[in-house]
Amino acid sequence: MTDTVISTRPLLAVLVSFAAGMLILATGDRRPNLREGWTIAAALIKFGLVVSMIPTVLAGKVITCRLLTLLPGVELVFRVDAFGLLFGVIAATLWIPTSFYSIGYVRTLNEHAQSRYFFAFALCLSSAVGVAFAGNLLTLLICYEVLTIATWPLVIHHEDGAAIMGGRKYLVYTLTAGTGLLLATVVTYSLAGTLDFTPGGFLAGHAPDGLLMLLFVLFIAGFGVKAGIMPFHEWLPTAMVAPTPVSALLHAVAVVKAGVFGCVRVLLFVFGPNLLRELGIWQAMAGVAAFTVVAAGLLALGQDHLKRRLAFSTINNLALILLGVTLLSENAIRGGILHIANHAFMKITLFFCAGAIYAKTHKDHVSQLDGLGRQMPFTFAAFTIAAMGLSGIPPVNGFISKWFLCLGAVQAGELLFLFVILTSAMLDVAFFFPIIFNGFFREPRPDVAPRIDEAPLIMVIPLCATAAFSVLFGIMPDAVLHFFSITTHAVQQVLGG
Amino acid sequence: MTAQLPALQIAIPLLGAFITPLIGWHRPRLAGLWALAVLAGAAALAVALLMQVTAHGPISYHLGNWAPPWGIAYAVDHLTVLMLLLITGIGLMAFLQARPAVAVSMPGREPYFYTLFLLQVTGLSGIVITGDMFNLFVFLEISSLSGYALIALGEDGAPLATFNYIIIGTVGACFYLLGVGYLYIVTGSLNMADLANLLPALYHSKVVLVAFAFFTVGVAIKMGLFPLHTWMPDAYTTAPAPASALIAPLMTKVAAYVMIRIMFTVFRPEFDIGVIPVATILGWMAVIAILVGGIKALAQTDLKRMLTYIMVAEVGYIVMGISVMNRPGLTGAILHIMNDACMVACLFLVIGALAHKGIPRTISELGSLNRKMPFTMAAFVVAALSMCGLPPACGFFSKWYLVQGTVAAGQWVFAGTLLVSSLINAVLFFRVIEKAYLAPGGGHGHDDQQHDDGHGTANVVRDEAPAAMLAPILIMAALILVLGPFSGTIIDAVISHAVPAAF
Repeated sequence: MTDTVISTRPLLAVLVSFAAGMLILATGDRRPNLREGWTIAAALIKFGLVVSMIPTVLAGKVITCRLLTLLPGVELVFRVDAFGLLFGVIAATLWIPTSFYSIGYVRTLNEHAQSRYFFAFALCLSSAVGVAFAGNLLTLLICYEVLTIATWPLVIHHEDGAAIMGGRKYLVYTLTAGTGLLLATVVTYSLAGTLDFTPGGFLAGHAPDGLLMLLFVLFIAGFGVKAGIMPFHEWLPTAMVAPTPVSALLHAVAVVKAGVFGCVRVLLFVFGPNLLRELGIWQAMAGVAAFTVVAAGLLALGQDHLKRRLAFSTINNLALILLGVTLLSENAIRGGILHIANHAFMKITLFFCAGAIYAKTHKDHVSQLDGLGRQMPFTFAAFTIAAMGLSGIPPVNGFISKWFLCLGAVQAGELLFLFVILTSAMLDVAFFFPIIFNGFFREPRPDVAPRIDEAPLIMVIPLCATAAFSVLFGIMPDAVLHFFSITTHAVQQVLGG
Repeated sequence: MTAQLPALQIAIPLLGAFITPLIGWHRPRLAGLWALAVLAGAAALAVALLMQVTAHGPISYHLGNWAPPWGIAYAVDHLTVLMLLLITGIGLMAFLQARPAVAVSMPGREPYFYTLFLLQVTGLSGIVITGDMFNLFVFLEISSLSGYALIALGEDGAPLATFNYIIIGTVGACFYLLGVGYLYIVTGSLNMADLANLLPALYHSKVVLVAFAFFTVGVAIKMGLFPLHTWMPDAYTTAPAPASALIAPLMTKVAAYVMIRIMFTVFRPEFDIGVIPVATILGWMAVIAILVGGIKALAQTDLKRMLTYIMVAEVGYIVMGISVMNRPGLTGAILHIMNDACMVACLFLVIGALAHKGIPRTISELGSLNRKMPFTMAAFVVAALSMCGLPPACGFFSKWYLVQGTVAAGQWVFAGTLLVSSLINAVLFFRVIEKAYLAPGGGHGHDDQQHDDGHGTANVVRDEAPAAMLAPILIMAALILVLGPFSGTIIDAVISHAVPAAF
């Protein structure tokens, strides 16, 4: 049994951005610098709190903070294990560059309703970290639903027809999914009498196989909507009407990863690898994930709108993570979990680049980018690095996770899925490299400035930083934030090593 | 003194009601403060009773020291104090808002309104506190008559709606009275505890069965259970805002309380399941109520009318929780009585604030309301999210227990209905939120032509309701958020004692 440390740090990490949200609302539009100060301060404090938990968790302990009893045997509890910490660290870390970037973005574009924007953003971060640290299914569900609602004001931010329709579509998908999750959670509670996440699962033997399979479908469909598993992916490209920093942190990291995170929690901590093997349902799940990987890659090829193309790439990578975890071999799980972190850094870089290009030039289609690399070399260099990483080219961190995914597929003896992973990497090349080619090698359009004329520094520095970290984590996967060790711990816990 | 608390709980608002017009003749302004003090006193008494009951268990109070079954007994148990708290608490909140509202809408007649208001609170409190079947009828009539009068004060159409309500409501009360009479014929008792001991031997008597049928239909009319809900939308829509904020959250809930009392205190669960299949019938009626209420609500353009149809659905939730006949289900029903009362109260208080500001209730005309009344609308959003069953608001937790109850009973259709209904509620409320929060006409993305802060908002000035009207709204909204996470504690301390031990 793992040691437990009682601490309020998980709670504080969740609440700090909530408090910031309240302060942001109280400050309002009158004093924007003070308001943004709250965001930055909260981001830094949150990062400090989350990072301070890494040594404890790496020492094999679990940090717990119990709050209230919600149901007999079920508490509102934050419980930081290795897997939860990984997601928490990603969200908290990337909130810092995103905060700076957001400030640059909304001010450059003179966006309206900035207080609402930063308030909702802070609330999203609160609930995303809540999802990461949730110690049982009910706490997870609560944080997950708060995340759903907190994201809505960001999706409809522009308040035009497309944004409102995008928002409606988003709500229809996610609220329906939330309803399914509620039912699944209630049934789980009725069957097992507990909802606490247990490495290796707790559902085995509590119900006949048929009911368990039904439950599995409900859970995966419920979390899968946010994770963009086909056929539940349609809301994600539509939600790209949101401002780009939202797409960057929420639709590449916090929100969609919360979906993936939920799926993985259910797969490994509710059902558990053994039960999944017994039921044989992992093959169906892996099939769906593999289909999503390939189909999203193919669909991405056809998108001319840059952010939509990135959105399909996100769907592709999320499915890749799920594919890895469903293969259930040690290396595949490791690759999948590690890819949660690696994909986050790369994809946020790509969205930052798309946003910088839009803020500077108001261009958002791939076909408009001819020669723009000469005007914005740093942005395009960062884009190139991240795109290489997602295509699995060393020395960027995407290579590491894809390597383990491939090893895992071999380890599981599933060569078909190995083929899928490799195909996906090729598709990545196919839909990313034309962008790079357009940017650097095509003749510049007449409206491209002949000299270097980048977006404001407050936007360019964050995107260079995330790109640099992508490379750093490719060369030293365990540097600074210890993603590799944390992942290894998580895998060991699940597989009972 | 503390031994007399149950009597004071009724005596204070009752006598306070009669003194109000006397004060009002001389000092109209003072009458409002007097009524406020009376309500605050009643609320304080309810809190004192809560502490006494949670510490020492249920109280049986014999009025005039006449021992039951001959004298009237007040039976104060956990369920009673919960209801008393709701009635006096929401009464107090609604009254806080009512004072400035009636000063504008019915000048010179305020003391009479206050009197009716206090009588309504007396009637509702009496229904939940009494342990005597006939006494319950008396209080039911007090609350109904004062309710008819309060509703009739409303806008155009209110007299007709009230007349409709009087006819149907009186039928309901008569049915209840007939039920009491039948039981008295076969048992010779009116005391609930006494009846509970006498009845099991008579469960198969036709008279008892008929009495039970009368009770069920009578109470179903009072709580607006589909298809007996037809009086409700008109009555509550046309009622004056300060009155509807009192009656709408409480009347249906108190009627639901009576249903729980009759089914689980006077009769036993074995009767409800074994002797006649009333549970099954109620369950399916609840399904229809939830779906029809939701669908009818979708068709409304008037915000207040939409809420009344949502209430039809919410009554269905409670009845469904009762009908599944197990511990999580009944826990959910009682929890939902509390939660829904708070949510409906908050929403109707918001309506009251809008009415006070002269804002039309038509949903399509609510544009930019968030800039005009940001705090009111924030409270509306909280209550709306709770209605959709989204955490951490309290609506999520009652929905959880209700779904758990239906799952435990193996009633998958019921569970599905609950879930579909929360999605319908999401459509209903996000329609309003979208309207109120998003700029009219749209297209206010990032337009460089306008100044820094002037994105079509220049012509909208903040114009909040006065603090006295806003405070109760914000208190209810905060309560909705607080009750949710603490529902486990509330269930432990109060509601779990209200569920029969057999479950």
